[in-house]
Amino acid sequence: MTLYWNEKCECMPRSELRALQEERLRNTVSRVYYEVPFYRRALQERGLGPNDIQTLEDLVKLPFTTKNDLRDNYPYGLFAVPLSEVVRLHASSGTTGKPTVVGYTRQDLDVWAEVMARALTCCGATKQSMIHNAYGYGLFTGGLGVHYGAERIGASVIPVSGGHTKRQIMIMKDFGSTILTCTPSYALYLAEVMEEMGISKDDLKLKGGLFGAEPFSLKMRDQIERRLGLMALDIYGLSEIIGPGVAVECPVKDGLHIWEDHFLAEIIDPETGEQLPPGTYGELVITTLTKQALPLIRYRTRDITMIQPGDCPCGRTHQKIARFVGRTDDMLVIRGVNVFPSQIEEVLLRINQTEPHYLIIVERRGQLDELEVWVEVSEHVFTDAVRGLEHLEGQIRREIEEVLGISVKVKLVEPKTIERSEGKAKRVIDRRQL
Amino acid sequence: MPVKQISVFLENKCGRLADVTRAIGNHGINIRAFSIADTADFGILRLIVNRPEDAYDVLRKEGFTVSLTDVIAVQIPDRPGGLADILTLMQEAGVNIEYMYAFVEKVSQDALAVFRVENPKIAIKLLEEKGLKIFSEEEVYNL
Repeated sequence: MTLYWNEKCECMPRSELRALQEERLRNTVSRVYYEVPFYRRALQERGLGPNDIQTLEDLVKLPFTTKNDLRDNYPYGLFAVPLSEVVRLHASSGTTGKPTVVGYTRQDLDVWAEVMARALTCCGATKQSMIHNAYGYGLFTGGLGVHYGAERIGASVIPVSGGHTKRQIMIMKDFGSTILTCTPSYALYLAEVMEEMGISKDDLKLKGGLFGAEPFSLKMRDQIERRLGLMALDIYGLSEIIGPGVAVECPVKDGLHIWEDHFLAEIIDPETGEQLPPGTYGELVITTLTKQALPLIRYRTRDITMIQPGDCPCGRTHQKIARFVGRTDDMLVIRGVNVFPSQIEEVLLRINQTEPHYLIIVERRGQLDELEVWVEVSEHVFTDAVRGLEHLEGQIRREIEEVLGISVKVKLVEPKTIERSEGKAKRVIDRRQL
Repeated sequence: MPVKQISVFLENKCGRLADVTRAIGNHGINIRAFSIADTADFGILRLIVNRPEDAYDVLRKEGFTVSLTDVIAVQIPDRPGGLADILTLMQEAGVNIEYMYAFVEKVSQDALAVFRVENPKIAIKLLEEKGLKIFSEEEVYNL
């Protein structure tokens, strides 16, 4: 079995890696200074010029970038190349109505395929593999990210995308899929439906898989491995940085290697913004080192993890981040889709014409997440006819589904059903036990 | 003239109906007619009471979502086919019924029913032309 996709890069001595990072950091800072007015202003406000950032220690002088900065510069304001150089666009949920748009040059796609090839190699993919890619294809980066990485390796890709579970199982069985890529909850759902269909893991040829786009526990990993008969590794990424493939577990299964030749990682205290040492949990902040279309400086991922001290027995020299323990904001991941309560609030505000009182309840039934939104019925919208309320319920449901892209249940409840709290209202009850 | 109906939003949970009726009962408000329309998740309680404005205020203060709706109270002969005859007349008059329910009490030999229609004032005129007895607010509240 091939251990590495790109041994020279993945096992690069730390001193060389550091020199490479510093060179790439200088280039990136210089490029955003000259090409992105937003960054030029932000650097100038701090009295910084492009030559003031020389070493990794200088990183702390740079300002952070947040998802709101992407929203404020929607859609292309932070791009550092003319659109004629952009060959691909993807988008993810924004905190309100507008999505977060990301662009890629041909070279960006090349880097993405490279890091995904490394990730797929970690779970055992080779030129001989049959890669069953059940991530959604489309604006979501999951599907195409895996796809290009798999093609880079020279494996055969089955671009099956999401849904049609029984057909997927038939394809896995008949086509001889060896590698599975999807969200961890969907992997367990596949296992469940397989069992219902009387198909055992021994009828399949699965050997490995990458599971990401939503948090998953060690318990879920155990179940996926046992029920599907494969090695299940955690993969991490976010579209703002590149998509899946920013970091991935190696077969040691103790932390995710972040590909530091392309992504510079820091852990900060989310309150103060101070850098934290390895071994301390905080917010992951990433600076892209090679991105052309959308280079980001100190992007706040809102994901909580730590940099794991020590070397990895797998031989890769890139630092590892620990399994994620949560978020610093209220983002939820439902069936692999990022959901912000503010998106739901915006819809309710529009329909209700007044400050809505609502509660979002997330539950996992079987293996699938269900999102229920409770909305208090105000006098503005109340009618004496059942039809009117059913219409209201339907309208809220359709508009939320339109914005989130996933199905929801809406329940109308009496006023004061939803607890009022001092200060920040509790908007989400997450009952999933992963 | 139309009669005022109180509509109350209720979740399908234990004790809510008792809460509503207790609240207005405590204020000496008497129920003349009522009905409940329900779905899997919620219900709408509709009430005709002797003091609708007071009931509205009381229930709002108690935190219920309440509305006042105009409905019409129609006399129905208490005999086999009585309701059918009235409904036929309403159909002939072109009055669409959203929903209807009956009063708790009878008026002399006749029964009384509440009809929710699209435009109560026009409906009353059309139905009176057909010779139907439509009760006024005072008559209903003082039953």
